[in-house]
Amino acid sequence: MAVLAHSAGESGRARRPNIARERSPFVVALHDAGITALIAFGVLLPLIGFQTVQNINEVLVLRTRWPLLFSLVAIIGASRFVYAVSVAPWLARRAARPVAAAPPGWRSLVGRWFVPFAIGFVIAYPAIVLFSAGFRGALKWVDNFGIQILIYVMLGWGLNIVVGLAGLLDLGYVAFYAVGAYSYALLATHFGFAFWILLPLAGILASFWGILLGFPVLRLRGDYLAIVTLAFGEIIRIVLVNWVSLTNGYAGIGGIPRPSFFGIPFTADDNGFAAVFGLQFSPIYRTIFLYYVILALALLTCFVTVRLRRLPVGRAWEALREDEIACRSLGINTTNTKLTAFAMGAMFAGFAGSFFAARQGFISPESFTFLESATILSIVVLGGMGSQIGVAIAAVVMIGGTEIMRQLDFLKDIFGSTFDPTQYRMLLFGFAMVAIMIWRPRGLVATRSPSVFLTERKTIAADLVKEGHG
Amino acid sequence: MDYFVQQLINGITLGSIYGLIAIGYTMVFGIVGMVNFAHGDVFMVSAFVALIAFLILTTWLGVTSVALSLFLMLVAAMLFTSLINWVIERVAYRPLRGSFRLAPLISAIGMSIFLSNFVQVSQGPLNKSVPPLVQREFVLFNRNNYPVTLSYKQLIIWGITAVLLLAFWYLVARTRLGRAQRACEQDKKMAALVGIDVDRTIAITFVIAAALAAVAGTMYVMYYGVVSFSDGFVPGVKAFTAAVLGGIGSLPGAVVGGLLIGLIETLWSAYFSIDYKDVAAFSILAITLIFLPQGLFGRPDVEKV
Amino acid sequence: MAEAIDTLLRVEHLTMRFGGLVAVDDLSFEVRQGHIAALIGPNGAGKTTVFNCITGFYKPSEGRLGLRHGKPAVWDALDALTDSGARRRIHPNGTLFLLERMPDYLVARQARVARTFQNIRLFPGMTVLENLLVAQHNRLMFASGYTLLGVLGFPSYTRAERSAIDKARDWLNRIGLLARADDPAGDLPYGAQRRLEIARAMCTDPVLLCLDEPAAGLNPHESAELNELLLAIRDEFAISVLLIEHDMTVVMEISDHVVVLDYGVKIADGAPDAVRNDDKVIAAYLGIAGEDVQSVEAEVGL
Repeated sequence: MAVLAHSAGESGRARRPNIARERSPFVVALHDAGITALIAFGVLLPLIGFQTVQNINEVLVLRTRWPLLFSLVAIIGASRFVYAVSVAPWLARRAARPVAAAPPGWRSLVGRWFVPFAIGFVIAYPAIVLFSAGFRGALKWVDNFGIQILIYVMLGWGLNIVVGLAGLLDLGYVAFYAVGAYSYALLATHFGFAFWILLPLAGILASFWGILLGFPVLRLRGDYLAIVTLAFGEIIRIVLVNWVSLTNGYAGIGGIPRPSFFGIPFTADDNGFAAVFGLQFSPIYRTIFLYYVILALALLTCFVTVRLRRLPVGRAWEALREDEIACRSLGINTTNTKLTAFAMGAMFAGFAGSFFAARQGFISPESFTFLESATILSIVVLGGMGSQIGVAIAAVVMIGGTEIMRQLDFLKDIFGSTFDPTQYRMLLFGFAMVAIMIWRPRGLVATRSPSVFLTERKTIAADLVKEGHG
Repeated sequence: MDYFVQQLINGITLGSIYGLIAIGYTMVFGIVGMVNFAHGDVFMVSAFVALIAFLILTTWLGVTSVALSLFLMLVAAMLFTSLINWVIERVAYRPLRGSFRLAPLISAIGMSIFLSNFVQVSQGPLNKSVPPLVQREFVLFNRNNYPVTLSYKQLIIWGITAVLLLAFWYLVARTRLGRAQRACEQDKKMAALVGIDVDRTIAITFVIAAALAAVAGTMYVMYYGVVSFSDGFVPGVKAFTAAVLGGIGSLPGAVVGGLLIGLIETLWSAYFSIDYKDVAAFSILAITLIFLPQGLFGRPDVEKV
Repeated sequence: MAEAIDTLLRVEHLTMRFGGLVAVDDLSFEVRQGHIAALIGPNGAGKTTVFNCITGFYKPSEGRLGLRHGKPAVWDALDALTDSGARRRIHPNGTLFLLERMPDYLVARQARVARTFQNIRLFPGMTVLENLLVAQHNRLMFASGYTLLGVLGFPSYTRAERSAIDKARDWLNRIGLLARADDPAGDLPYGAQRRLEIARAMCTDPVLLCLDEPAAGLNPHESAELNELLLAIRDEFAISVLLIEHDMTVVMEISDHVVVLDYGVKIADGAPDAVRNDDKVIAAYLGIAGEDVQSVEAEVGL
């Protein structure tokens, strides 16, 4: 089959020069660009060409945006032209060139030093930011970038167990994140338990829900499993919205107690963290503390996952992804194996959820929509299923990228004060998901590293690794 | 009883809309084996196209004939939505055909996020409401001061749905194109070997799916008179539920499933709780998939050892 | 039940229906301890269906599938076990299982029936060594304290894993794949994949090994190696083998006993030589009625 696809690609590539002989490449490119522009015009005409706005009488009227429409069409046509003239021949030449022999030494060198360097960097990150941005500026960098990204790294790693290792497609992962967050919020506000007691409890509750929801679902395969998990995720969210007496509905739960520094609260008074340690009060201390808490949780997730991969349960997960029927013929109870994957993934989501509630101090169902599940899943797939490093990089790119969109206020100077860059955040996010999939359908790190070896650890090529059918 | 009949009428109307969207899911799943996550958003886009066409017709061109403007709305929505879905298939799905199974799904999710945000950015986040196009209704019977009514717009929806379903059924069951589609469903490589243009067949499937979603979108605007950028996801999931309930891959199944979901949702809201109406739909989805994965009209899937 | 002296597996009145189609019809046969039994028949005769019933992947429509561990005397409890409704009865002398009552993974885990598949089912993205470790899952799972002790890094698991690796190394040595232990299984040539699948099944410590067309796609040299491997498994490990095979040289050379199926019905059962000359068997393979065998043989000049 691979051979067939390959030869099809060859012939497709071979056809192009024939056409080129008849007409000059320039004319061909112009022709392509014209057609592309025409299609773009058709696609953009209704929604860009016209805008529906309410007038003073609150009646919907139309406005036209011809300049915008035509400039977009022109941009698209021009880019197609540039692509056809310069990028496509370059790609064809690159594809025609034989693949370079073994990668140069720097690659393995980067591979070896990347992980220690990355861990060192994230540990030193708050200090680096404090020095470079000062106390006031650092808050944003530690909170919006550091903590926010680390939450998604942790969620990505948690979901990676389910999707990447066990090959079970879960589109409702955010449900367990919500269970963790609401467990912490409700138990902390009603009973006043401390963060460190509730953190494991939230994890246990979430994994309990994982098993509960997993049990009926796990005999399903393929996309059906994905859809049912999505349905369960939505059901949990709708219940959170509508069970007002418990969850306060859309209004959410506020005043959630913040974690303290092992008993010392981060307050401005005399018993507060700053006073005890003889420092000037600043909200940054709590943020930095939270940063290290989520860093520790994320590293714990990673450590446990790496450990599990080398244990029989982890190997059974991967075997399940490779061939479920073969697993059963070897005496592996596939239901239990899937459930442990589900429960394990849910537990880490529960941890992350309770941390999220403690960090925000306020939660509402809005934070647990399908979009969150989709974001986490896309981080896992974009990173490369099963790869810890790939998932971490994908989280940094996707979450960091969308956070940067919030910071681009200078664009207002260019496009005028009505321009709001944050509006385009999710637009670009969706676009990036499509683009990265087309660029690397198997994610950033697609190869698999074996869990055990006899003489030498060899990386396994991506096309051999199965993706699971559950 | 009267109340029940009224709910029945409303439910069938809603179900017709779901059924039309569900066909798109079923056809695309049948032929490329992927859940086209963006299909609900394609439906939403078509509703916006219909809305804009309506505004052009009524406020600019001053068309007063309801039948004419409805017809032109339908044509415009079907035309532009088909083009948009054709481009989506070409750009976001075709390059991923035959690769990693999750890649098209993620791409579709990305496309869904892109489409809804594109509409939000280009048309604004507010609900868009238009004056009702068709207002007349007739009273079927009136007892105990509870009139059971059937509106013209409901009748129009029933009629258009029925006619278009017949047309598309003919297309799929009786024409060369339909045979090519079924052949691609069974075995793409073999279909290509006997001379079927697989890429073209798949592209046409996406176009048909979009055209039917556009019919649903136009009906939606006409029926409710309001649409917003976020209206794609939930109807999309419900239509998918309908497709699954009917048996994915089966055209009549999608329609019956759509009607059932519409009825269940309406009756659930009427008799139990409107807040939890989506829970009803999602629960049915889960229960169907768990206990009747082949749906009402689908073929059972025997595990091959 | 004196007739069941050293019977390991008893298939009695096995019937499997798919809707209206009867794939296996009232089939009875036995596999003896330490024997290689072959299940042969034309394509579509229902051989793989029999395998799927024995290994628990299908639940038979009718029939009883008994398997014993330990002394032959445990067979005496067969009827009592059947009436009790239980899956197995543990005796001081051994254990008796009713396979048709067990789900697939318990057939492998408790009754210790291992199998291979017609279309090889390795874990292609895992290394050869990992494939063999997954086969030892249940023992390692216990040693890792069901993961808990393993996560905490207890030495008991490290020891168990080392012995599991040793066992895998032994088998790799035996099938000539030691040098490729760290390569992905999907990269192996076809014949090596077949051998690896057999080794993987053997790593589950079975009492009965069911092989579905192990020689399919092998060249004569590889076939001969396979024969040696199967004979070694029988003689060294005293394991019974039940195999489906189309390659008659393999079947005739190594089987102690042959059962022939045609359209789901048993048409012959006996020693290889007796079966080879059975008119009904020849007729089934030639696709003609039994009484025409003589004339057809004359026609083709046999």
